[in-house]
Amino acid sequence: MIIVIDYNVGNVKSVCNAFRYLGCEVQLSCDPEAVKNATGIVLPGVAAFGYAVNALGSLAEVIKEVALNGKPLLGICVGYQMLFETSIEYGKHNGLGLIAGNVVPIPEGRVIPHMGWNLVEFPDGMDLFAGLCKQKHFYFAHSFHAEPTDEQAKIAYTDYGVDLVASVQKENIYGTQFHPEKSGQSGLTVLQNFYNICKRESS
Amino acid sequence: MLTRRIIPCLDVKDNRVVKGVNFLNLRDAGDPVELGARYSDEGADELVFLDITATIRSRKTIVDLVEKVAENVFIPFTVGGGIQTVEQIDELLRSGAEKVSVNTAAVSNPDLLAEAAQRFGNQCVVLAIDARCSKDRPGHWQVCVKAGSEPTDIDVVQWAVKAEELGAGEILLTSMDADGTKAGYDNELNKAVTDAVNIPVIASGGAGTLDHLYDAIVDGGADAVLMASITHFGNYGIKQMKEYLREKGIPVNL
Repeated sequence: MIIVIDYNVGNVKSVCNAFRYLGCEVQLSCDPEAVKNATGIVLPGVAAFGYAVNALGSLAEVIKEVALNGKPLLGICVGYQMLFETSIEYGKHNGLGLIAGNVVPIPEGRVIPHMGWNLVEFPDGMDLFAGLCKQKHFYFAHSFHAEPTDEQAKIAYTDYGVDLVASVQKENIYGTQFHPEKSGQSGLTVLQNFYNICKRESS
Repeated sequence: MLTRRIIPCLDVKDNRVVKGVNFLNLRDAGDPVELGARYSDEGADELVFLDITATIRSRKTIVDLVEKVAENVFIPFTVGGGIQTVEQIDELLRSGAEKVSVNTAAVSNPDLLAEAAQRFGNQCVVLAIDARCSKDRPGHWQVCVKAGSEPTDIDVVQWAVKAEELGAGEILLTSMDADGTKAGYDNELNKAVTDAVNIPVIASGGAGTLDHLYDAIVDGGADAVLMASITHFGNYGIKQMKEYLREKGIPVNL
């Protein structure tokens, strides 16, 4: 069972809908026991960073603990940004600190938010993109972006006049700046891949 | 490179998609969930659902609609029409909408944009502007509210700039003069707004041919083009639009 963290912000239901559409077992929950027993955790996010971190509250520590113990974790959009150390969206806030790096505004000189479908190029060996060709379009909607400094992290980029990080993988911890649940067939493949990873790790 | 977006718009009344000319003479165009799913399959980049009744009774209907769409459609969609509070925005986002558009309520209470942006992030706060050519001031446009029925003294370009400062993450810019006419987008209006703001602008109102889409992007500077009549009534398919734009050098997700 995959647990999608329900922390009372924005559009968390769409992620569940996408997993259900794929026939995957999924549940929306904020129960620490459910998080501990899950095969994998999804931290979704349509919210401002500070609001999301506050809303997550004490659950943050639980998520951190299970992720550090090897449970697959997928952060999406702001949920992905929360995997890093800090953000400066509407004030300075601390994230989960699971991946070294910080969240900063997208450099000026272009239309912001970075909103719409952009091409993501995958390096070899990123499990989330198994079965997809070298590059695909995904849906982005964000004004801040993460700058990973973690040398262990594998990184996929997208070109928005500057290279923006589109996806990160560090061992069992995965993140996508784009919304796989809103990226049509390619996005569904990413979620199916995450589900397969969870199944593989729990067996 | 970021692609330009093709966005079919579904005006919803009594659980049906309808479409008029200059906001009048509505014609039935089908079931909103079915039509939304069909456009998604055909390659639409996003969808917009506008509750054009926007009454207390229709509010419940639109939440149900959002839930159904979100179960069947895996591309982003925006919902708008009569939204007045942060709580209503929260309910629609939680029901599965990616973005919510506000119009009249933002004019009467601009802080709504700021409150929503600080809570949900500005990427899901869309300001919808219904613009009409000003009769008194040529080359200017005035903001109209209450589904276009009530003109105000507010200048469209100034309002767009202010809304960006407050926290709007995108502008859905509808030319009331061009809406439903199929005579082309108002690209003077589009250019005036896209030059003045740094957030994405969706051009709306007037699409009739494939050239019109190209012109809105190139002459109007639009990041996305919205259309209703030409898709609902079968003039052009989404794929055909994207192939046309790609041939003319516009990046699209095809």
